[in-house]
Amino acid sequence: MNRDIMTPRRRDILRIGAAGALTACWPGWAAAVSAGVPVAPVSTGGTDIELRIAHQMLRIGGRASHAIGINGTVPGPLIRLREGQDVRLTVVNDLPDEDTSIHWHGLLLPFQMDGVPGISFPGIRAGSRFTYEFPIRQSGTYWYHSHSGLQEQMGHYGPIVIDPAGADPIAHDREHVIVLSDHSPIHPHTIFQRLKQQGGYFNYQKQTLAGQLSGRDQTAAERRAWGKMRMDPTDISDVTGSTYTYLVNGRGPADGWTALFRPGERVRLRFINASAMTIFNVRIPGLRMSVVATDGLPVRPVTVDEFQIANAETYDVIVTPGDDRAYGLVAEAIDRSGMAFATLAPRAGLRAAAPPLRRRPVVTMKDMGMDMSAMDPDMVDMSSMHMGMRDSRNAPALPLGPGVQTISPMPADRTAEPGQGLADVGGKVLVYTDLVAADRNPDVRAPSRKLEIHLTGNMERYMWAFDGKKLNEVKDPIPFTAGERVRITLINDTMMNHPIHLHGHFFELVTGHGDYAPRKHTVNVQPGGMVTFDLTANAVGDWAFHCHMLYHMHAGMMRVVSVRPAAAA
Amino acid sequence: MKALACIAALIAVAPAHAQTTPGMDMSGHQHHQPAPTGDTSAHSTASSEKVSTDLSPPGTARPAPPPPADHAADAVWGAAAMAPARERMHHEHGGMRLHQILFNLAEVQVRRGREGYRWDGEGWWGGDINRLVVKSEGEARFGRRVEAAEVQFLYSRAIGPYYDLQAGVRHDLGAGVRRTYASIGVEGLAPYWFETEGTLFVSDEGDVLARAEAWYDQRITQRLVLQPRVELNLAAQDVPEQRIGKGLSTAELGLRLRYEIRHEFAPYLGISWDRKVGRTADYARRDGDGRGGAAAVFGVRGWF
Repeated sequence: MNRDIMTPRRRDILRIGAAGALTACWPGWAAAVSAGVPVAPVSTGGTDIELRIAHQMLRIGGRASHAIGINGTVPGPLIRLREGQDVRLTVVNDLPDEDTSIHWHGLLLPFQMDGVPGISFPGIRAGSRFTYEFPIRQSGTYWYHSHSGLQEQMGHYGPIVIDPAGADPIAHDREHVIVLSDHSPIHPHTIFQRLKQQGGYFNYQKQTLAGQLSGRDQTAAERRAWGKMRMDPTDISDVTGSTYTYLVNGRGPADGWTALFRPGERVRLRFINASAMTIFNVRIPGLRMSVVATDGLPVRPVTVDEFQIANAETYDVIVTPGDDRAYGLVAEAIDRSGMAFATLAPRAGLRAAAPPLRRRPVVTMKDMGMDMSAMDPDMVDMSSMHMGMRDSRNAPALPLGPGVQTISPMPADRTAEPGQGLADVGGKVLVYTDLVAADRNPDVRAPSRKLEIHLTGNMERYMWAFDGKKLNEVKDPIPFTAGERVRITLINDTMMNHPIHLHGHFFELVTGHGDYAPRKHTVNVQPGGMVTFDLTANAVGDWAFHCHMLYHMHAGMMRVVSVRPAAAA
Repeated sequence: MKALACIAALIAVAPAHAQTTPGMDMSGHQHHQPAPTGDTSAHSTASSEKVSTDLSPPGTARPAPPPPADHAADAVWGAAAMAPARERMHHEHGGMRLHQILFNLAEVQVRRGREGYRWDGEGWWGGDINRLVVKSEGEARFGRRVEAAEVQFLYSRAIGPYYDLQAGVRHDLGAGVRRTYASIGVEGLAPYWFETEGTLFVSDEGDVLARAEAWYDQRITQRLVLQPRVELNLAAQDVPEQRIGKGLSTAELGLRLRYEIRHEFAPYLGISWDRKVGRTADYARRDGDGRGGAAAVFGVRGWF
């Protein structure tokens, strides 16, 4: 067949004895044409891995811009580990004048190794180094990124793949790591300042008079209603393709990153959304995808045509391209202002054609937390309902400060719905309720208490918070007793998506699958929607809990979660 | 095929482990039938009744523990090392201070062959809630002394999702009598996207003045914006030294079409019509001054 292709086969991967392994300079997995994840990765010395953080230039589509890279690359090197091993990761901060850090996203580890400055450890000063040391207790697809300032936006992220201690339950012939991200030539602090200075600064898909005259988008009556509410129904992404180039493994759509396969092979694609601000809709026209894992953990395979991946989520999918031709891998930004694009090809030199961008969606009343369809006129006592946009009776405990623009009057559980803008794209779209854990949940006790958290915001002031309070305004953490099981409901009072991440834990989504609930470390709460999960707070320590929209977090949408032994509580 | 078999086997094995834990309500659990193909896209549990397969918390929920007094990382890295990092972490997530300087009007006005200029802008420094605001507006003819100009220094506090309460001092800088005022007002976004501003001024002589201002940005295309604008000045009494009459004293209407090369830099052209009215117009007539009129304007709306 194609002798020029390196063929990493399943059996080769199993042969790798070395536990800790790290690929060299420009890693093979992210080379312009990649045969797949390296068969025998270059080891940096057993379980010792060094990661060097430094400024560098990044070339995307022929244009150079400033970035922060790891060991000279963006994304950083693939860290390949094996379940059961110990690992020592030494991070060298070569930045001239700022602290850095690495958070190992999704890894279960001692809190002091979690890498969040101010919560887990003091951070890594300029010119100094820090060694993380912890055992690897899990397997799957994960990633790592800076938790200092806004460095993540500048390229400070990379993938982690952990092979299971035993046989991999997800059989495949070849695998590729697909790191999706967004890159801007504008400094992230400037991006944040612009968002604060002018609402909708990066949105060049607003409704216009010209659009109205040609009958696009909302009707005149709808525009008046939304104008009265001071809500922009085209506000899907805060930062858009007007400044972002969307990347696959550090390469823009014009750079043509190519993943090789042999027709008929089962190819495992490990998707990681390492974006600062972008949710992607992923599809491979002509290929169905079997979703086999999310956030690192196996799920019962579910075949889809498209799936939405929120910031910090990971999805493993199996595709079996049968034809000897190029397939396009499309990761369209949720607001359709651009796409990350790559090619799956049987040999180098083939290039798939990128499909045109689809029309951007418009926010609906349901996204505003007004789910009229959920109302059963026979069951609901209308007089008890408070349909105002900001009625404190819908969340009595919430402080009604300037940071709370709206409170969803009727938030809906939207976990059975496709993500924003995907209801009418045709084909099977993955929804959260499709996900069923492959393995039985380790803790199947009923939760002993409930906790409700409102995700609040003000788009005009660009303020974001949990329960109306920014992190800088809050002293106390959200307390848990070690071992307790708590049912947590996240209510999205805003019309933006919020991918919420809890450090150091997996939680079980309450989506009707009992003790096979899908376990995740990051869950996207749709606009005006809510998500319920059960959490076993079993990792003693202090942990970060935040929205993974980087600028939402920077604006204050974050809390500290504390887990303490019962005796101490 | 090997893979499918492997996954199917895994799923098949799983229910064997699903033993009932004491105290668990297993009554609703009936979903452990492995799909023979290993594909759950049409899995029955996905669409069946949700709550029935998930255990609900008991009716009498346990209370949350009190928040701990310690910080876990202090025990590992030392309180001295953690304290500054913690403070910085708190500040970095919501506590940042920013600024903006915006000139909504910065233009040349051509009025019956006489050319003048006009500006109206403001700058702010601070966080989400508390800010220092400096505002300035004024106008003049080229080659002459500045006719009317003022600057305000204000403390601004967010009092709701859309409005800021602003209080401070205003000082007049133009020709004629120079007064200083105490100033209090509100500024913010009204329903239907109107930018609005209303301010009350009390001068060091005890005179009370007021101003209302509003504009609307009508987006014609993504970069072409038409801005109608109105500014009204009022007085609670005659102020003869400043030639201001009681009631509505001046009105200014504008219509400006700008092109946003960037949001921060938008050249525009338009028309502005201003008029002294009522008793203020009487003063002007007596002084032999004009009462105002229309002007062609061109300028740049800009901010940084």
